[in-house]
Amino acid sequence: MSSHRFAVNVTPKPGILDPQGRAVEGSLDHLGIEGVHAVRVGRRVELSVDASDAASALAVVERLASELLANPLIEAYAIEAIEPVEAVA
Amino acid sequence: MPVRIGVVVFPGSNCDRDTLHGLELAGGEPVALWHEQATLDGVAAVILPGGFAYGDYLRAGVIARFSPVMRAVEAFAADGGLVLGICNGFQVLAEAGLVPGALLRNRGLRFLGRDVRIAAERLDTPFTHGLAAGGAPLRMPIAHGEGCYYADDATLDALEAEGQVLFRYVDEEGGQAAEDDREHNPNGSLRAIAGVLNAAGNVAGLMPHPERASESILGSDEGLPIIRSLVESAARAAAGERPLALVAAS
Repeated sequence: MSSHRFAVNVTPKPGILDPQGRAVEGSLDHLGIEGVHAVRVGRRVELSVDASDAASALAVVERLASELLANPLIEAYAIEAIEPVEAVA
Repeated sequence: MPVRIGVVVFPGSNCDRDTLHGLELAGGEPVALWHEQATLDGVAAVILPGGFAYGDYLRAGVIARFSPVMRAVEAFAADGGLVLGICNGFQVLAEAGLVPGALLRNRGLRFLGRDVRIAAERLDTPFTHGLAAGGAPLRMPIAHGEGCYYADDATLDALEAEGQVLFRYVDEEGGQAAEDDREHNPNGSLRAIAGVLNAAGNVAGLMPHPERASESILGSDEGLPIIRSLVESAARAAAGERPLALVAAS
């Protein structure tokens, strides 16, 4: 067994209304920033998986992402392998 | 003997007592069902009440979906059992795929606690048969942060064609509220959809709270006929007028 660490990035699917993204865009004027658009706010989940190898660890994360972390009706997700950590609070 | 109707209590449910009380007013025998139990104690119908189940962490309703009692509710629904989800209960049903669509963050981003008016699209369902035909819109409260009904256009078209839109937000005269009409469709639900049915017609969810409008002392009793419809439908089901298998312990 070895430990594998992943990040799952969950974002609203294209075309899905994202009021949080709109609110962020709305604040840009106040900051005096121009040229920023199409803001989409999602969430990032980082986790470690104990598995025999990287492929089976990834399979676990795939299942977790599609069944729990993202709602496939409204959200897309992307999984990336990241550096393991000794301990995460 | 009054028919027994279950109300699931998740950690974070906060309308369970109102719903139990509403069931009593509607002539049912309310039964609280704990989220960790794997059976439904032989009830004839189930209500998933409002609240913030499991803190609504991650997405509203998603953690609750995986609780032991929900496995029993899914089996019950698959056997034709009557299930009604109110507010957070609607979100749980949507996350579980028991009703179509999803509930997005309110368009205005704010949590909304206020009265709305809704109209039933159909009066021939187990949840609405007791409503007066051609009656005035029903006034009852909403209290949610994620109540903006969403499904893609093809799904919305199909829901309308199949009669699966159960309630819509309407104005005082009963006209369907526009998607940008924040006065009458405060969360911005697509096609002003406030409640839907599953394809089989035995599972329904709605965002407004009929149980909080179940007696005049609460300011409105216009939600009571919805609860009464469910109680009467459950009584018929319990009397064997509709096949209703009991859920086996898993």
